[in-house]
Parts: sequence; structure tokens; C-alpha cells
Amino acid sequence: MEYVNPLTGFRLDGRRPNEMRQIRGEIGVVAKADGSALFEMGNTKVIAAVYGPREVQNKGQQINNRALVRCEYSMANFSTGDRRRRPKGDRRSTEISLVIRQTMEACILTHLLPHSQIDIFVQVLQADGGTRSACINAATLALADAGIPMRDIVTSCSAGYLCSTPLLDLNYIEDSAGGPDVTVGMLAKMDKVTLLQMDAKLPMDIFENVMQLAIEGCKAVAHYIREVLLEHTKQLECHRGA
Amino acid sequence: MLQSKSFVKKTKQGRVVKVVREHYLRDDIYCGALSCKVCDTSAARLTSSASTILIVDTNVVLHQIDLLENPAIDDVVVLSVVLEEVRNKNLSVYNRVKALCTNSLRKFFVFSNEHHRDTYVKEMVGESPNDRNDRAIRVAARWYQSHLGGSTQVLLITNDRENKRKAIEEGLSAETVESYVKSLGQPNLLDLVSLPTSEDVGMEEVEDLRPSKRKVIYNEHKPMSEITSGLLRGIYHQGKLRVNRYNPFEAYVGSESIGDEIVIHGRANMNRAFDGDIVAVELLPQDQWHEEKSSIIADDEDDEEEDVHLVPSSADDAPRNTNLVQPAAASTASTSSRPAGRVVGIIKRNWHSYCGSLEPMPMPAGNGGIAHALFVSKDRRFPKIRIQTRQLENLLDKRIVVAVDSWDCLSRYPSGHYVRTIGKIGDRDTESEVLLIENDINSRPFSAQVLACLPHLPWTLSSEVLANPNRQDLRHLRVFSVDPPGCKDIDDALHCTSLPNGNFEVGVHIADVTNFVLPGTPLDEEASQRGTSVYLVERRIDMLPKPLTEDICSLRSDVERLAFSVIWEMTSEAEIISTRYTKSVIKSCAALSYVEAQARMDDSRLMDSLTTDLRNLNSLAKVMRHRRIERGALTLASAEVKFQIDTETHDPLDIGMYQIREANQMIEEFMLAANVSVAEKILKHFPLCSLLRRHPTPTKEMLEPLLRTAAAIGLDLDISSSKALADSLDHAVGDDPYFNKLIRILATRCMTQAVYFCSGDLSPSEYHHYGLAAPLYTHFTSPIRRYADVIVHRLLAAALGIAKLPPIFMDGLQLTSIADNLNYRHRNAQMASRASVELHTLIYFRKRPTDTEARIVKIKSNGFIVFIPKFGIEGPVYLMPRGDKGGDWVVDEVHQKVMRTGTNISYGILQTVRIHMEVVEPQPNRPKLELTLT
Repeated sequence: MEYVNPLTGFRLDGRRPNEMRQIRGEIGVVAKADGSALFEMGNTKVIAAVYGPREVQNKGQQINNRALVRCEYSMANFSTGDRRRRPKGDRRSTEISLVIRQTMEACILTHLLPHSQIDIFVQVLQADGGTRSACINAATLALADAGIPMRDIVTSCSAGYLCSTPLLDLNYIEDSAGGPDVTVGMLAKMDKVTLLQMDAKLPMDIFENVMQLAIEGCKAVAHYIREVLLEHTKQLECHRGA
Repeated sequence: MLQSKSFVKKTKQGRVVKVVREHYLRDDIYCGALSCKVCDTSAARLTSSASTILIVDTNVVLHQIDLLENPAIDDVVVLSVVLEEVRNKNLSVYNRVKALCTNSLRKFFVFSNEHHRDTYVKEMVGESPNDRNDRAIRVAARWYQSHLGGSTQVLLITNDRENKRKAIEEGLSAETVESYVKSLGQPNLLDLVSLPTSEDVGMEEVEDLRPSKRKVIYNEHKPMSEITSGLLRGIYHQGKLRVNRYNPFEAYVGSESIGDEIVIHGRANMNRAFDGDIVAVELLPQDQWHEEKSSIIADDEDDEEEDVHLVPSSADDAPRNTNLVQPAAASTASTSSRPAGRVVGIIKRNWHSYCGSLEPMPMPAGNGGIAHALFVSKDRRFPKIRIQTRQLENLLDKRIVVAVDSWDCLSRYPSGHYVRTIGKIGDRDTESEVLLIENDINSRPFSAQVLACLPHLPWTLSSEVLANPNRQDLRHLRVFSVDPPGCKDIDDALHCTSLPNGNFEVGVHIADVTNFVLPGTPLDEEASQRGTSVYLVERRIDMLPKPLTEDICSLRSDVERLAFSVIWEMTSEAEIISTRYTKSVIKSCAALSYVEAQARMDDSRLMDSLTTDLRNLNSLAKVMRHRRIERGALTLASAEVKFQIDTETHDPLDIGMYQIREANQMIEEFMLAANVSVAEKILKHFPLCSLLRRHPTPTKEMLEPLLRTAAAIGLDLDISSSKALADSLDHAVGDDPYFNKLIRILATRCMTQAVYFCSGDLSPSEYHHYGLAAPLYTHFTSPIRRYADVIVHRLLAAALGIAKLPPIFMDGLQLTSIADNLNYRHRNAQMASRASVELHTLIYFRKRPTDTEARIVKIKSNGFIVFIPKFGIEGPVYLMPRGDKGGDWVVDEVHQKVMRTGTNISYGILQTVRIHMEVVEPQPNRPKLELTLT
């Protein structure tokens, strides 16, 4: 299968290898939550809601010197083409929940919020590859919306390697081609990688190229997210009527 | 701009799902015309001076690819919608278009109309995909017209009547292929145009002038839906059709559903299937399973006959044993077990282009210079092909290439079109070219990208290479090579030193090709495609470019070369004590020929160190060889011949058997040992992705002809194991010295060839190499001329931890496809070498009619096949004139004899006869070698 057309250099959906899908972020989509956001990467659509910092519900879990961060990832029944009931807490979603929690914990200034709890709920509304990355990006926006102190904004993007070409931001078809899928999460301004996942074998030199591409993707996402936040803040300012 | 593409798809489980895919439309796709002022012209390919730009539709690409490949057609825009459709319909045409579009000499531009903002069209309600694509093509053509303005004319080429009409309505210029080609004013190009099928625009009335011929000759093919359901219900069987190389009226379909081969007799049952087509077959009722009467084939419609050819070297080359005369008792039993069938439909065509010549015919009068001619393929497996030509007088004495277009059930022969001319029939260069094309051998010079991968010349050993801790400096060793005289691609060398403890250190040093051919480079891809060097009588077609083959890699004497070495410590009884593998630097002290090496060993006066080494090696080799034969390795024989070629004219001067000396056997022994050692090492490290070589045990049916011959002359062969067979071959001694060799030659041709495979694909018990009686075997010793060895070198280097394993080894499928390609190339290379020898044999005997001795190897009802040991060829001798069936000759099948009734003249198998060889020309320009009794 030619995932990259050898003659025109375009991918199946018309992107070039180093192009991302269209991204879109929206803040404040769940009124009840302290912070919420919707994030789209092409046809992948994810909603995130943040509650907290609030009192720890289960006192046994309370940590004295920092905040407790919890994360729950789920996929809507209607998120894929074939409608299927998805059990809660299956291996995949447990793993992704953990990944998102660890990534977000690394950027939240938890030591400023002792004895408290932060809940992050992310749900995939529509899945088309790269849900992991989209979830992290949505969670970042929601956390910022909730006003939770963070070191930097974490952004994430995936990259793969098909037809001997590094490809940025794989969609579902490319993802299911069986090639490697490198997901990178990073603190864009600080230039620090907080998440790096790949479950395939890839020679070292190629891996570095693919990872570099994913890092570029993260930076682009960060740039966009910052714009969204800025726009949102300006609007808040407007509403206040200052 | 974003467009969503959504469609409904049925999954394998039968559920219906809706698939939504993103489809991005862009504004940065350029038109590809150099003259364009708006677009980025860095990737442009269309000339600035072109007044006309052609846009072709899918069917034009599919059917007229031969025309498009002609350099007269240029400045073509291939739309991505067309490319996509072509890929779905015919992958080989797609690859050819792809090659055209990447060829820098041609001006073919791929325009991604599907992703361009202005040329993307959305399917309308009720519009079929075909109509939508046609509309997309017209929209793109219109875009080009308005984009390029008045300076350039955009011409849509289509043979579809409806499409053309709509295009003209929309204000586009559109033409059919033929009218466009006509407007170019090059009549020769018209021959390349393939004939349109009925629903397309008629180009010219091509009615057959003989109404009597317009009757149904073949059964209609069943529709695809019926075939699919028939296959499911098990009444049809699917498989690849293989036509018997020696009898085009007999074919086999290997069917998995039956687990046996289905025989198909006659063209009517083959029902227009070509060799290599995937067909659906229906079994015939059992009482019709045996209908073929054996004789040296003669069909009433075609007058073809067996040619003189080289002696087959394995069962793959030999004629199939089904149309042999079989003992009467066995015949009913054995043939009824072979299912016979007929083709009901063709699932996938394997049409490509064929080499051959036109059947001689008188020049037709009038008819505007257009003549209908019959093309006869050189490869007899293919039927004659009807073509139309306007240059008949030019083509009659030429070798030409023809492509097939269609074959309906009304015509006896398929129709096709002329592609190109190779040269004059009988001309040596032409015929060599033909045999290269026939065997799909790439003899083109290496491309610039490939040559760019070569190291700088002159190459010298650099200090970095020496400083590499993984490379051992073995320049102090007395290394030498032994090869055929005049060998320039020396890929192996040896050394042998006696150790103080009485043992020997023996090293096999193989050219370190992988140091220069790095994985993933264009050089590597090219070598992997070529697979092997091809040795023809008068030339060699290299797998690697000449500087590597003859200089940098070649282990020539007195120069420092890089090598990959296998070093053993052996006792004087040739027991291997330890094995060591290393990359090394060597300096060969002598490049000997087999004759020289043999002479040194035989000359008892010579006592120099090199000669001592040779003698030591030889005595070790003898022990190893003896042990190998004890284990059951077969000593097979081939009738290899050697030509002496005139250096000026390249004509053969003399011909004779290739002589095998002790020195040859000595080198062979160490190469085998090195291969076995390396096979063990790589399999230990990479049990799933090693490239090995196996030789399947021949089945009883394959050895059947050998046993029958042996039985006829009262010889008892035991074939229960390779050891038993080897022993009984040793005991088969007749009254004359050549008898044993003859039996061995007959045995050899019953075996299949050894094949490469990926170790992950088979279970370890199947790795066995029957001929060498070795549980493991691979090829390591000739990386200059075989790509398999290059792969094995990489595996070995990775096993030693001195190099990374290239990524392709992680993909089992890819490795399997490499192995398959190597087997295919290997086989083709052998076929080409044989064809080349046959060609030179013909040239040799053209001026020299000869009388010689021959042995009868097969009895037929109208003659017998003789083998001529001196020239290594085999061919038919007829006892009665052709067409004269029956006659007074009677075949005694049990004793394999043919006798003349009423006399005591008889000919039995293996009997020696005197024959006369002469080149005759029964038809002009068709010389062939004829054998007659003297």
C-alpha cells in the first residue's frame, strides 16, 4: 500500500508527510466544570473537563505536600464507525488514563496545592487516530481554563514511519498500517519531553528523525494552543467590561 | 480547505460500517509547465515550447501504454485520478506509467487533481464512479486550459465516445488516440495503437474478411459471479496455469483445493488462457481423463515440433513426463489418477509483451498498406498472435515485440499490436537480446544514481578501515585464489597454514561486498532487483557495476582487498575443531586458474610454500568430500559445454565438454564447508529471518522416468534415500566408460532445483538440502554475482555484532518476497545461459555439418530423442516422415525399444547411434538444427 504517493509525495488524504491535520481548540464547553475544552485534530475530536482543585473525596488518598491528580479516559460508544459498547476500565483506557495523568502531573505545579484533588475527564467523541495526543492537548486547554498553575503547557503529537518516510500526525488508516507510531508529549517552551511512547522496532537513526518530526508537531500545537488561550483571555477581559 | 469523503463499506464479518475520511484540498499544487508564470516551476516537467499538452484518460493509459512509452509522445499530464484507476485495474501498467513519470528524459507530469482546490469534483447524486472520474478528467483539462491561457492547447485524448462528446460540448479539444497519432504523421506509430473494443469509438473498420472464420471457436468464459460461487461450492478450482514448455497444447493448473495438478489438454480446453494466468478450472468426467496419445507432438492445426535443445540440468528444465510412452499396464492406473479439466474462466490475466517474429506471408495487395499478420512467439508456450501492421515488409525478417490486447471466443488467435523491433532474425546480437528479454533480464547500463553510490576510484585501503577493531589484518597470510581462466570477478580466496600442533588453519576469504553495497541505497536496490549476474556465452551481465565487480571487490592478486573470512582449525583428518568469522584485510599472493593449480599440485618437482598449501588443502578436501559422499551427497553430472569464442567476430570457434579437475572439486569443497558453517551461525542468531537454501527431496513420481529407463536396461536403482541412490548410482557401471555419467545425467534431470527461502517460513525439518545431504545450507561465497550472498553477509555481520541488522529483516514478508525474486532471477539467469549456449551451438553448426555419436535417451512412437555427449545437446530423430502416422515402426514399451516390423532393426534406450547434424532452414529465416541417422 502506498501511504505516500511516490509520484506526487502526497499522503492518502492530501497532506504532505510533514503536515498536520487541521487542528481546532475551543475553551469552555462544559458549563459545570471548572475548566473544559474541546480539541480536534482532523476527524479526531476529544472533550476534556477538569474539576478542581477541590477537597480530596477519599481521605485515604490525600497527599500532604501536593495535589492528587486523577484522570479518566473514555471513548464514546459512537466514536468509531461501528457502534460498540465499550466497557469502562479496559486495559487500553486504563493505560491511556495513566499516560495522560503522568504527563499532566509533570506540568501541574502540584506542590502549590497540597491536600487537594484535581480530576481530569477526557472523552473521545470521534476517533480517527492520534486520540492519545488529542486527549493531552484537550486536557492542557481545560487545565488552563480551570486556572490550575502549570509550569508550561504540555502538548502532544504523534509521528510514524511508513513507505520509508517519517509522517507527522497519523490518521486512522496510517495508524493501522502496522508501522511504528511515536507519540511525544512535551513542555514546548522549556523544550522538555515528558512523554515518549513507541511500541515497535525502529533503527536508532530513523527513530531520531521521526521523534524530531513529532517534536516539531508538538511545538506547532503549542503555538496554536497559546493563541487559543490568548484569544480566550481577551474575550474574558471584554466580558468584564474593563 | 477541507472536504470529507464518506462512504459505506462492508466489513469482513459482514457488518456495514460508514467510513469517513478527510480529504484535504490544496492551493499549492502546480501545473508542471515550465512556461507557467504563476506556478512554482522547480518540479515542472512539461516543456516551455510545447504547443500542445496531452491529457489522457484511464483507458488510454491502460490499453495504449506501448504507445505512451514511445518517445514520440511527450508533454503528457497524467492525472492522479487516472493513476489511481490504473493502479486498481492493472498493476503492471501502473508500474510502467510510474517509470515513465519518474524518467527524467520523458516529459510526463503527474497532476494531483483530486487534491487541487479547483479541480476536485464531488460525486453527484446518481452519478456512477466512472462518470464522476470522467468528469474529473474534463474539469482538470478545463482548468489547464484556462490556467495556461491561449499559448498552449490542451488536448484530451480519450477513446470513449460519450466522454469525447461531452468534452467537445464543454469547449475542450478532444481526440481519439488514433486520430491524434495520425495527426503526428508517423505511420509507424500507428502499429503501436491497440485496437479498440466495440463500445469505444471505432477507429477503422476491422472486419474480418473471411465470414467462415467468424464462428465460435472457444466456449464463452463464465461471468465472474458464477466463477466465485462455483469456487465456493467446489465445482471449479482456482490456480495458475502453466503451459508445458515442450508441448504448448498441454497445461497444468496447480490447484490447492484438489491438492494435485489438473492437466488441461488442447487449446479448446485451455480456452484462451495464457501461461501464468490465474484461471478457474472445471474437472472433466473421469472417463475423459486420459485422452492424449503420446508422440512427438503434432497437432492438426499448428505444425510445431520439438527442437534440438540443451540437455536439461534439472527437472525444472526437462519436459514433463506425462507424454512419455508408458508401460501399457501402468498407463491406465497412473494416468487416471491425474485429473484433467477445462478452463471455464480467467480470474487474472498475465498478459505482457512477447518476443518473436511474424509468420512468413506474401505481401498483401492494396488495403492501404495495412496488413494482418500472425506473430509467432519464440517461447512456444504462447499461441500465435494476430497483429495489424503498416510496415509488413520491414518486419518480416525481424525479431519483434508484441503485446496482447484481447481474445474473444470468435477468433482462433488473440489479437495484439506491435511494440518494437529488436533486430534481424538470426543475427547474434538480436537473438541474444531476445533471450534476455524473454527471461526478463535487465541488461541496461546502471543508472547515474546507482553509479553515484560507488566509492571513488582508484580505491585504496584507508587507515580508518584498518583502524576498525572489527576488521582483522590478515595481510601477512599466504592467501590465493583459484578460478576459471580469465575470471575477473574473483570473490573467493583461500589460505592454509599448518599449526605447530599438527592441525591446519584453513581460511576461506570472501569479497566484502557489503562494505560497499550499503542497505537501502539505489545500488543495493538495483542489485536486489537483478538478483544475480548472468553469464552468456559471449558476455556477462553484472549484478553490480563494473568497478565493484572487476576491481574494488574482486580479490585480485598483489592488492589489498577487504574480505569476510571464515577460518577453521582442522585436524589433518579434516575434522573442524573451531570456527571463527571475521571481517578482514587480505592481500592475495596469486590468482591461479584451475589448470595452473592442478599443474602445480601434479608437478612433483615443485616444493614451494604455495604448492604445499595447495596440496594440503587438496588432501583435506578429499577427506571432506569422501565424508560428504558417505553421508549420502549425490554426485550428479551435467553435460556442460565450453565454447571457444573468436575474439574478433565473437563467433564460436570450437565447442567441447567442460572438464572438471581435482582443483575444481577442492575449491568447491571448501566453499560448501564455508556455506554450511555460515548457515549454522546465522540460523543460531536469527532463527526467523535467515536466508537459507534448501533442496527438496524428489518425489517418487519425479524419479519415475529414471526408474523406467533403468528397468528397461536391467539396472536396479534404490531411491529410498539420497544415500541409497548415491550408492546405486556408483554401482551402475555399464560396458562403456560413459555409461555411468549418462545415468547420472538422467538422474540429475529428475531433480528439482534448490531454492532460497526465509527460515521463518518453514519448519526446520524442511531446511534439508537433499543433493548435498546437508541439514542446513546457504550461499555465502559469491557476493559479487549473487544477491543472496549479500544478504547472508549482512546477516553474518549482524550475528557477529559488528553491524546493525537492516530493517528489512524485521519484516518476514519482505524477506520472503526477496527470496522469491532471487529464485525467479536465478532460474531466469540459468534459462538465459542455456538459451545462449543453444544459440551459439546453432551458429557453430551453421557452417559445420557434423557426424557424431549419440545416445538414445527416450523412445517415442515416431522416433527417439538422442543425447549428444560431445556437445551437450539433445534432440529428436524421426524414423518416419512427419504426418506419416503409424508406419511400420512398433514401440516395445516394456523394453523401451522401437522396432521395424518384419525386420530385425530396432533401437533401444541408451543405445549408441551415429547421427548427422546439420542446420536446415525449412522456412526462410528460421534456421534449426536437424538430426538424422547416418
